[in-house]
Amino acid sequence: MSNRRCTVLICQGTGCISGGAEQIFSSLEEEVTRLNLGESVQIKRTGCHGFCQRGPLIVIEPESIFYSKVKLDDVPEIVQSLLPEGKPLERLFYHDPVTGKPIPHYGDIPFYNKQERTVLRNCGHIDPEDIGDFLAVGGYEALRKALFDMTPEQVIEEVKHSGLRGLGGAGFPTGRKWEACRVAPGEEKYIICNGDEGDPGAFQDRSTMEGDPHSVLEGMIIAGYAIGAKKGFVYVRAEYPLAVKRLKIAITQAREEGFLGKDILGSGFDFDIEIFQGAGAFVCGESTALVLSIQGKRGMPKPLPRPRTAEAGLWDKPTLLNNVKTFANIPLIINRGWKWFASRGTEKSKGTAIFSLTGKVANCGLIEVPMGITLREVIYDIGGGIPGGKAFKAVQTGGPSGGCLPASFLDMPVDFDSLITAGSMMGSGGMVVMDEDTCMVDVARYFLDFTRRESCGQCIPCRLGTEQMFEILDDITKGQGRPEDIELLLELSDAIIHGSLCALGKTAPNPVLTTIRYFRGEYEAHIDEKWCPAGVCRELIKEKGSSPETVGRK
Amino acid sequence: MDKITITIDGSDIVAESGATILEVALKNGIYIPHLCYHPDLKPIGACRLCIVEIDGGKLVISCRMPVKQGMSIKTKSPEIDKVRRAIIELLIANHHADCRDCTKSRQCELLKIATFIRFDRKRARRLRWAKEELPRDTSNPFFDMDPNRCVLCGICVRTCEEIQGVGAINFIGRGYTSKIAPFGDKPLVQSRCISCGECVVRCPVGALVPKNVQRPEREVKTICSYCGTGCGVYLGIRDNAVVSVRGDTDSPVNRGNLCVKGRFGASFVNSSDRLIAPLIKRKGKFTKTSWDEALAVVVDKLAKYKGDQFALLASTKCTNEESYVIQKFARAVMNTNNIDNCARLCYAPTMVALHETIGVGAMTNSISELEKTSCILAIGTNVTRAHPVIGIKVKRAVRNGAKLIVVNPKEIDLCRFTDIWLRPYPGTDVALIMGMSQVIVDEGLLDNAFIEENCEDFEEFRESLEDFSPGRVERITGVSREIIAEAARIYATNKPAAILWSTGITQHSHGTDNVFALVNLAMLTGNMGKPSGGLYPLLGENNAQGACDMGCLPDFYPGYQRVTDPGVRGKFEAAWDVDLNPTPGLAFTETWQAILDEKIKAVYIIGVDPALSIAGSQRVREALRKAEFVVVQDIFFNETAKFAHVVLPAASFAEKEGTFTNTERRIQRVRRAIEPVGDSRPDWEIICELAKRLGGKGFDFSHPGEIASEIASIAPLYGGMSYDRLENESLERLHTPSGKGKFKPLEFRPPTEVPDVEYPLVLTTERVLYRHGALSWKVEGLNILKGKELVEINPRDAANYGIGHGQIVRIISRRGEIKAEVKVTDASLPGVISMGFHSIESPTNVLTNPTLDPVAKTPESKVCAVRIVPQT
Repeated sequence: MSNRRCTVLICQGTGCISGGAEQIFSSLEEEVTRLNLGESVQIKRTGCHGFCQRGPLIVIEPESIFYSKVKLDDVPEIVQSLLPEGKPLERLFYHDPVTGKPIPHYGDIPFYNKQERTVLRNCGHIDPEDIGDFLAVGGYEALRKALFDMTPEQVIEEVKHSGLRGLGGAGFPTGRKWEACRVAPGEEKYIICNGDEGDPGAFQDRSTMEGDPHSVLEGMIIAGYAIGAKKGFVYVRAEYPLAVKRLKIAITQAREEGFLGKDILGSGFDFDIEIFQGAGAFVCGESTALVLSIQGKRGMPKPLPRPRTAEAGLWDKPTLLNNVKTFANIPLIINRGWKWFASRGTEKSKGTAIFSLTGKVANCGLIEVPMGITLREVIYDIGGGIPGGKAFKAVQTGGPSGGCLPASFLDMPVDFDSLITAGSMMGSGGMVVMDEDTCMVDVARYFLDFTRRESCGQCIPCRLGTEQMFEILDDITKGQGRPEDIELLLELSDAIIHGSLCALGKTAPNPVLTTIRYFRGEYEAHIDEKWCPAGVCRELIKEKGSSPETVGRK
Repeated sequence: MDKITITIDGSDIVAESGATILEVALKNGIYIPHLCYHPDLKPIGACRLCIVEIDGGKLVISCRMPVKQGMSIKTKSPEIDKVRRAIIELLIANHHADCRDCTKSRQCELLKIATFIRFDRKRARRLRWAKEELPRDTSNPFFDMDPNRCVLCGICVRTCEEIQGVGAINFIGRGYTSKIAPFGDKPLVQSRCISCGECVVRCPVGALVPKNVQRPEREVKTICSYCGTGCGVYLGIRDNAVVSVRGDTDSPVNRGNLCVKGRFGASFVNSSDRLIAPLIKRKGKFTKTSWDEALAVVVDKLAKYKGDQFALLASTKCTNEESYVIQKFARAVMNTNNIDNCARLCYAPTMVALHETIGVGAMTNSISELEKTSCILAIGTNVTRAHPVIGIKVKRAVRNGAKLIVVNPKEIDLCRFTDIWLRPYPGTDVALIMGMSQVIVDEGLLDNAFIEENCEDFEEFRESLEDFSPGRVERITGVSREIIAEAARIYATNKPAAILWSTGITQHSHGTDNVFALVNLAMLTGNMGKPSGGLYPLLGENNAQGACDMGCLPDFYPGYQRVTDPGVRGKFEAAWDVDLNPTPGLAFTETWQAILDEKIKAVYIIGVDPALSIAGSQRVREALRKAEFVVVQDIFFNETAKFAHVVLPAASFAEKEGTFTNTERRIQRVRRAIEPVGDSRPDWEIICELAKRLGGKGFDFSHPGEIASEIASIAPLYGGMSYDRLENESLERLHTPSGKGKFKPLEFRPPTEVPDVEYPLVLTTERVLYRHGALSWKVEGLNILKGKELVEINPRDAANYGIGHGQIVRIISRRGEIKAEVKVTDASLPGVISMGFHSIESPTNVLTNPTLDPVAKTPESKVCAVRIVPQT
């Protein structure tokens, strides 16, 4: 092929960058220039592909050849392979961990082929710093449609019918929130995009903002049109500098192209977006705390009863606050219609869910799956199972306030309501897989250590209760547990859940409650026999063979 | 409010709709435990203790949940108890404290709740108890902050924010390490805390406690003796000493609020510096003597100076009864009208101008009405410093939606709350106010009907406005015409509007004109004789109003009855059974020249320190040196006492009975809380004794109540006053203009000293929060908080003179020079420097200009020309 044209997509997400993807990108460009291949080979940066564990990642289009774990040294060879006589480099292919067979094409990799990447449709495929790429894949068409073919009410109806639920964790019906905000009296209204992804281990909001910022902006502008707001804020944690940078570029480009600012696309509708960087407090992901934070005050949630943010939010004006992914869904719903959106997922949880799959699983990364998929499919098919032949022990979903579910839940469908029934939650979409070497008391201790530090400090059950639970768990893992501690933990959990002011406290005991519910034996081994069955708690490691029979009891 | 019916624990209760469950319960005597709720503050629902069950099982926070018709509430249930008990157990496990050494233990809310829920220590022992001790913040001289006892209810944080608008403290840190501290976890004393102690009185536990607490044996209800606000206080007494001060929540003036001086500044009463025996100067040295001997010397001397060779300078600190007796002594015994009080130095222009225009020299409305006003014009007053409790009301009015216009060359704290801040050059107020009036007339924002019906001389006034074109006003004041117009519009269109002023208006050679200008402005917009709208002159001293009302004035008998009116004189001659001198006397400020001119030879000075407090104070010292006989009667040996021949020890406000009249003309009862310190005596007793020894009639009073009856009989203004009535109430005597208000045409007269080549800067003076004359010097904590005497200077001037922060400079005026440390700040206008006026080390009044207002005889303390020289 003398006139071969190809595009090399190199992931420039935070994960791949930490693996050296920026240098690889520059080196690829230099090599292509040096060989004077500029005509036929295009080097392009993209956002996150999701398969971060295998990064840095390169995809070569049009064939969708997928290279993983690329190193700087591989660059000359990769460029050589692009020459007419070149052949794909098998050694950079993904190899099936079970069969060991190389899989050259992106779509054939099990990690991807069970996914349904709709919100993340553009991540890894377009250059997030180039609005042209976004426009080429139909970007801002939904905005055009909303502005010119739909009334605000129709937009809200569309979102309501779609059944979209807020993807920040709580799953409140998005359309209803929009409607409440639209009918709330007041001239001045605001849109806030919540990008304060505070959970350790969750990075889907970051990846979305980094990889496809325009989808988020487009969703926000449509929301502004629907509820009658002229101003929007993206609240991003300051720990996400790349997301901030990409959003800034996107906002500038969107303004230049007339998608933001005065009289958008000549429709007469004005809307602009500002970035607000949070200071890294977990609790600022809570809507009322986030609003206070933007106002320059200490972010502390406001107690119920209080007006909803939709009625009195930022500066007491009606404010629509949605998660990054919720906004990224909007252009899809407007473009493809509510029926398409509602046709996927389960009856009460429509569309897709995005998880940050991490822990003891072969394929870690960012995944998007239809609601209702089972945990087994996620962990074994997409995740490739537990590495090293170890046994699955538990999966923790929903971030630090989620619960740990044992193997008996592997066939449970993943959706908002099933997870809550099981004692966990969708939450931020973190999903941590644990194998037999994980001590569940230690896990509970770990998560309580997080919440006791991140409690805002104002309400007593949360501030002192989480600290107390941590102290008890810490004692247990050090062999200083007392016989009454399990009951005490349950009592405290109950008081914290019923007494706390906001969801942080109300959900903080979940990791403890679920580990006690499903792994009580491990607690008892720690307390009664001063023995850590998983061999994690240093003070409680004993010789093999001394395992008492209580271990593993459920 | 609509009434609705609800059920609490099975009993039907009628409640006001809109109230919260907790409010209704507490009002009906049903206790629901709570820590973070306080009736003065917005509920935040953080302690979670006040949870109740509503409508069959739902747990809600009762401090935020409004009652609804038919609501059924349970305040006790196993579910509630589980949460409540856990919270209390967690708190106690985390509470590093032993109740036995906590001064709050008797009023501790945590202890109260623990008892209420029958706290079970054995159960709580299952918890991990806190071990780490956190450092206490003991930096404030008056109270300590102990994080180990703190429950983080946030009441202190909200008090600081919602009541004081200061925001000195907040939650800091996160999670279990959260605590309450100033910004950056600095010591409290380095924060913007104003030490008012409002947080200390609201703290439900022992986290914020006053230092050196001594439990009082009893409490005595009386009135604070610092500024003219007249806050009600309870003095706590133990062993004949004042050991505590508590705001009187029933007082219509302060509703329990107090400032740093009022709450923590009473220790002057028991200061070891108090005069405890009469002193006589012999061979240049003072020696202690008996009352008998001291009085004999005074009587012997004064007998020689009867008539106009004698002058008496009265205090604004004494009670009404004392002031009455003092002026009666001067007139009836010494046969002179040379009687004046130190309100001459600050308040006289207000009194004179208001008398002339609206007929009554006092505030036209009550302090409490301020909270409901729609607009406040605060001109020439740093109210949060000089009258901090009135400052609270101003801030509350702003929170309630009132517009605030600040006129002040200095950036004062109130500027943070203002809609518009006008920053004129010192001494240009007449031009500024006339400029505003001009805008109001031009734009038709005036209240024609009010003017027509209630005012005179409007046409003359309107003509005089023509001299105040926007351009000229802008040139004189340095404030742009747009801002002046905007301020005029805000003032004229938000009604009712109140005007607050104090010495920034009066201490000028044209102070009376300044007040005229303000009266004109109020009448022009009809802001007179209306609730919450009108004139609010703020008096600096606790009984400045009373001293004037009682006739400690050279031209007025008690109740503003003119000395020159033969009918009035006849009445007093009959009542006092004596012939009275028909000639008006000399003003406080004219006395010194008269001494130097040898017209006055003996001077009797009560509770005032002219050697320090009068502009151009060297001349006063010179006069004091020259006088043949000087008596000083005071609670402390002040600067003036050094020049005395006899010094008589007076009793403080805590040691006597009587009444004070505050700045809103409320007559309030002052009660004896302790026996007079040492050999000191109440002023009225001393004066009555002297009068009797000098052959005076009508001084046989055995109790101030008898004096009060005489006042009521002879001064119609105080006609209704009797101690029986004052026992449980105060008497509000407000006067709206009767008859017609007079407009005053005005011209602009610049200050008598303006900057020139030799003296290129303007010096202005201002109050320091922690200072209030001699009393505050004797309070150690106030001295600590006050810090050094500073001269504030704009960065531009500092650069011009090549001086920096912390440097010592000499400040020189035509009359003298002093030294002070420099503070470089934008709060000062370029070309204007400012200083406090309370320091002995840097006595600012050495520099200030003694030129008097021609009518009110008040010196121009607020503006003089100076130069500064860096000390080498």
